[in-house]
Amino acid sequence: MKAPMKTIQHLIPEFERWKERYPEGFEGSLTIPCLRRIQEERGYIADSDIDELVAYLGVPRTQVDEVLGFYTMFTREPLGRHHLQVCHNVSCSMRGADGLIAYLCGRLGIQPGETTPDGTFTISTAECLASCGTAPMMIVNETYHENLTPAKVDALLEELAK
Amino acid sequence: MTAPATEPVLSGRKFFMNHEVTPTSHTLTDYRARGGYQALEKVIKGGVSPADVIKEVSTAGLLGHGGAAFPAGRKWGVIRPDDGEPHYVCMNADEGEPGTFKDRWLLEQVPHMTVEGLILASYAIGGRHAFIYIRGEFDLPYRRIQGAVDEAYAAGLLGRNIMGSEYSLDVVVYRGAGSYVCGEASAMLASLEGKKGWPRNRPPRLTVKGLYQKPTVVNNVETLANVPVILSLGAEEFRKTGTPKSPGTQMISISGHVNRPGVYEIEYGYSWEKFIYEDCGGIQGGRGLKCVIPGGVSTKILDANAIKGVTLDHNAAVVAGSQLGSGGMIAIAEGTCMVRLARVIQRFYHHESCGQCTPCREGMGWMERVLDRIVRGEGRPDDIDRLYHISNANDGTTICSLGDSAGYACTAILDHYREEFEYFITNGRSMMDGRLAVEDPFAGAVATPLSGLAGAAV
Repeated sequence: MKAPMKTIQHLIPEFERWKERYPEGFEGSLTIPCLRRIQEERGYIADSDIDELVAYLGVPRTQVDEVLGFYTMFTREPLGRHHLQVCHNVSCSMRGADGLIAYLCGRLGIQPGETTPDGTFTISTAECLASCGTAPMMIVNETYHENLTPAKVDALLEELAK
Repeated sequence: MTAPATEPVLSGRKFFMNHEVTPTSHTLTDYRARGGYQALEKVIKGGVSPADVIKEVSTAGLLGHGGAAFPAGRKWGVIRPDDGEPHYVCMNADEGEPGTFKDRWLLEQVPHMTVEGLILASYAIGGRHAFIYIRGEFDLPYRRIQGAVDEAYAAGLLGRNIMGSEYSLDVVVYRGAGSYVCGEASAMLASLEGKKGWPRNRPPRLTVKGLYQKPTVVNNVETLANVPVILSLGAEEFRKTGTPKSPGTQMISISGHVNRPGVYEIEYGYSWEKFIYEDCGGIQGGRGLKCVIPGGVSTKILDANAIKGVTLDHNAAVVAGSQLGSGGMIAIAEGTCMVRLARVIQRFYHHESCGQCTPCREGMGWMERVLDRIVRGEGRPDDIDRLYHISNANDGTTICSLGDSAGYACTAILDHYREEFEYFITNGRSMMDGRLAVEDPFAGAVATPLSGLAGAAV
């Protein structure tokens, strides 16, 4: 496992490269891409990340706080090593999402919103992930897993738990 | 109300799903082999003026494919090319309307077609920078569209002096971070400015004051993908596809209780019944069709009778009592509990309400709580009136149209299936068997604790 990230300074050259394709004066626009990149690195957004990003972009601190509260993909706390997001919107519910959620909860011994004590898995429910034709489904970290069945889930969990 | 039967269009011309999908069919090389970027070359090297591009798209009658079916040419025509301001085009790839997954297919399979459309649109309105706002959760679609942009840069199709011409364009692929409302154009631009995605009042229109207060065109993925088609074929030839009022084709993503869910491209005017019962293989378990959500959950539900003899085009859908919307169709089988279905829909709207307008922020949660207690068997006799009351308070009182439709997605179900709600309230249980899945892969599955996981839940 990587050592915890102390600062975001090593990411700044990357952020600077991004600016090349933006018009001038669009620094504020980088708030969301930068936060995504920081979270990719650390796994969540720490207080110090906010301080550093506010200083770097020159945006109001409330803007960063609001963004972190508004968008569902940002987290201020570490999640499990594997984040399972199960869609429970209309089409998925019509193809067995409730059963999938119950099955995952049963196999992992946790409820949606919880993380296994060893920090391996977090289960979340999610709204429509544009995978309605291949329901039921879930996202594991970034990857879509579709047309799920108990056998597919079993194989996946065994693989992920390694 | 049943729409008058019209003669369906059955020629089935396709603009997007007209080639074999292979591991490389999304790449620049393959796209070019299919004639890709020839429309751009014709325009940029052939001396076609920006005004001519707008005229061609207007004459073709291209309608927006994001849900509102607004004429694309008219939207572009608002921009004044010589006003001395920067102009922006933003591709709306924030596909999140429940039931809709057709843009995902376009982004994954024909990303260059959407990029070519974006370049042509930018050229038409005199844009120097353009954006692709793609929903945050998308992984493969993001890699495919970013890959296409990178390939286009490397081939001189983006960046400075495109194809050796005077025209230059930079494109940023901007990933969202999880928010339904950011699919609404003004919320999208707020998000693109790095802020929370709150919609704003119009006027001024976004084509007058959009991104950073500059004139901005926001177009759906599929809308832009149609632009190279129009400029290749010419408006007149394009109009031979579809119906006079809905020219062209529509990508339809269908899900729910059909045997063959997925993405289909239909020519406007195609028979709705033929589409569901033949193309999509009919309903699971040999059941009948109860109703259809035509174009994303924000469009009003239609019962099976309402689509009899109706064709798939904008006018016919409106006459039938709904809209084609985003092309996100959900087929619902006989025997499905509409009370539980309404509750799932309402949970979604509550979760996604951005919190700006009081009627939506408070009302959506209130409606969910009312539906929750009905489903728990604790419904009150006046709960149906209460649901209408809350929805009415929301109608026309929110800044964005997503807020508007948030209430009537539920009341449209109430209009058609009121007796199911009354039954649930009176008897404390569903009039149907209460389940939403017809075929449930997890039915009867026994979940044994995964070995190797230490301890109990935190």
